[in-house]
Amino acid sequence: MSNQSPVAPHSLGAGVSLKAFFGLFLRDTRVLMREMLPFLLRVGMQPLLFLFVFTFILPRMGGGNPMAMAGGANFGVIILPGLMAVAIMFSGIAAVALPLSAEFGITREIDDRVMCPLPLWAVALEKVCFSAIQSMVAALLVIPMAYYIPAVPVRAQIHDWPLFAVVLVLASLLAGSLGLVIGSTVNPKQIGLVFSILVVPITFLGCVYYPWAQLDKIRWLQVGVLFNPIVYMSEGLRAAVTPQIAHMPWWAILTALVFFTALMGRLGLRGFLKRVVS
Amino acid sequence: MPTEYLCDQAYTVFWRVGSIFPCGTVKPLIVEIEALTKVYETKLRVVALDGIDLELQQGEIFGLLGPNGAGKTTAISISTTRALPTSGTVRIAGIDVVKHPSHARRHIGVVPQFNTLDRSLTVYENLYFHCRYFGFSHAHAKARSLELLEQFLLTERKNVYPAQLSGGLAQRVQIARAIAHRPTVLFLDEPSAGLDPQSRMAMWTAVEGLRKEGITVLLTTHYMEEADSLSDRLAILDHGKVLALGTPDELKATYGAETIFDLKLRSHDDLESLVTVMKSRPEVTSADVTPEGVRLIATNADGFLPMMVQAAARYGVRDLGITEPSLETVFIHLTGRDLRE
Repeated sequence: MSNQSPVAPHSLGAGVSLKAFFGLFLRDTRVLMREMLPFLLRVGMQPLLFLFVFTFILPRMGGGNPMAMAGGANFGVIILPGLMAVAIMFSGIAAVALPLSAEFGITREIDDRVMCPLPLWAVALEKVCFSAIQSMVAALLVIPMAYYIPAVPVRAQIHDWPLFAVVLVLASLLAGSLGLVIGSTVNPKQIGLVFSILVVPITFLGCVYYPWAQLDKIRWLQVGVLFNPIVYMSEGLRAAVTPQIAHMPWWAILTALVFFTALMGRLGLRGFLKRVVS
Repeated sequence: MPTEYLCDQAYTVFWRVGSIFPCGTVKPLIVEIEALTKVYETKLRVVALDGIDLELQQGEIFGLLGPNGAGKTTAISISTTRALPTSGTVRIAGIDVVKHPSHARRHIGVVPQFNTLDRSLTVYENLYFHCRYFGFSHAHAKARSLELLEQFLLTERKNVYPAQLSGGLAQRVQIARAIAHRPTVLFLDEPSAGLDPQSRMAMWTAVEGLRKEGITVLLTTHYMEEADSLSDRLAILDHGKVLALGTPDELKATYGAETIFDLKLRSHDDLESLVTVMKSRPEVTSADVTPEGVRLIATNADGFLPMMVQAAARYGVRDLGITEPSLETVFIHLTGRDLRE
């Protein structure tokens, strides 16, 4: 076609970048829609089985089962926010780290998106934002599950909606940023290893299955886990969804979530740029 | 006299501004590479580009010819905002690629060496979303994608995923995608690497077709035939330096009007005396001992060949390779080695 519209140099405004950002978002939406069922299975399976085993099977076994005793009747209430945090976390990693690692390492598919007319940081930001949306869907799915699956229904008690919204958004962005760090630094062969040595430990030690306050009997651990960003996701959701359980003060949670999101975002972006520009 | 002077002035001014030619055929400069260097400071210091200067005019197909490791891909990476230069500048349509990378990307289309098609999208969607990235509306993106599918004979494979495409087809989709947003310049990095001859011909046809659209093309290759038949002008690159620049015919006339004779000889004793004898002939430009015999660069005048064979007869001529004047001889003349060595 010879009807090329001459583009004046330097005419690139924010509008062009925004359109490109929107285009990337559309692309990700298209791909996600096509893989809706795998997506739901991926985010739903873990909380589903967890709730089923710990709040449905074990309580029915009654007093005879030490596992059920350990959890206590309140266990469902304690783990509801924890499972939401896990859902957010795994979603963030599955939506950013896994595809990014493959796109950088094996297929180099990222090339086309990197050549879009928008700053490279915006390409990374789009990945994080899109993953945050998936994380939020994943977290919200846990709420009805916790109501229908356990022997005794667990009700989310959200009184402070703004707090809930802020925590949900920040925790999801944090998970996406963590995914960016992993995806841009780890090569695809080692991604399984990263799950075993990083993702699983920070989840288990992330105050998912117990509130942070109750760690006071193991002081060194209580202090040690403060470096774990998952703790603030769990505690934040605990403050917002099951406020009756002891939790950290909201200001501490929000400060830590903002801090870790900024830190991971920065590290992730640095890794991303390093992979994209030589 | 004054008119000529004025013309020269106008020429210079318009060349700089990159506008239309008042006194001749000066076309806007689309790619301006100035004193470009790239040094990789790893354990081994590698100088990938050692101060290259190139200018591409609108609408031309420009070939960068050189062996692997000559710096071709580095030059493309910097020009397409994917690598940062150590020094020097590159301007695409007047835009500095280091200072304004995302602005510059609007004018750039790239077909990289590898298949980078989006595996999660169909062929049609690869084109459609590419258009959306560049700000096309839904209707506009759809129309452009369908138009490209037709132009590149891909309509039947519209709904196929990239993993199901052969190398040649994938390459065609990549070219279609790269020009979808109507870039000012298209970079093709080793476009025929890994393609079977038939796909290569199809790719050449596709590139030739771009000429009609007025797109400027910069392609890298280490295939002589490709550089020769596709490029309007070409630069020969080796060790990060431009060794020669011109149209294929100019290059052949300047550097390669000679024939290369590769003599493979049975006996390698005292080859030096053969070399000395040959060097004394007026037709011979150079004569060197090679691992298998002697290589001569000479004008293929009448009677030269029998004379040479006779002179070499006492060494036992096992084989004689003759390379007619071509870009290959240009390259050997300039670098002293084969492109594929």
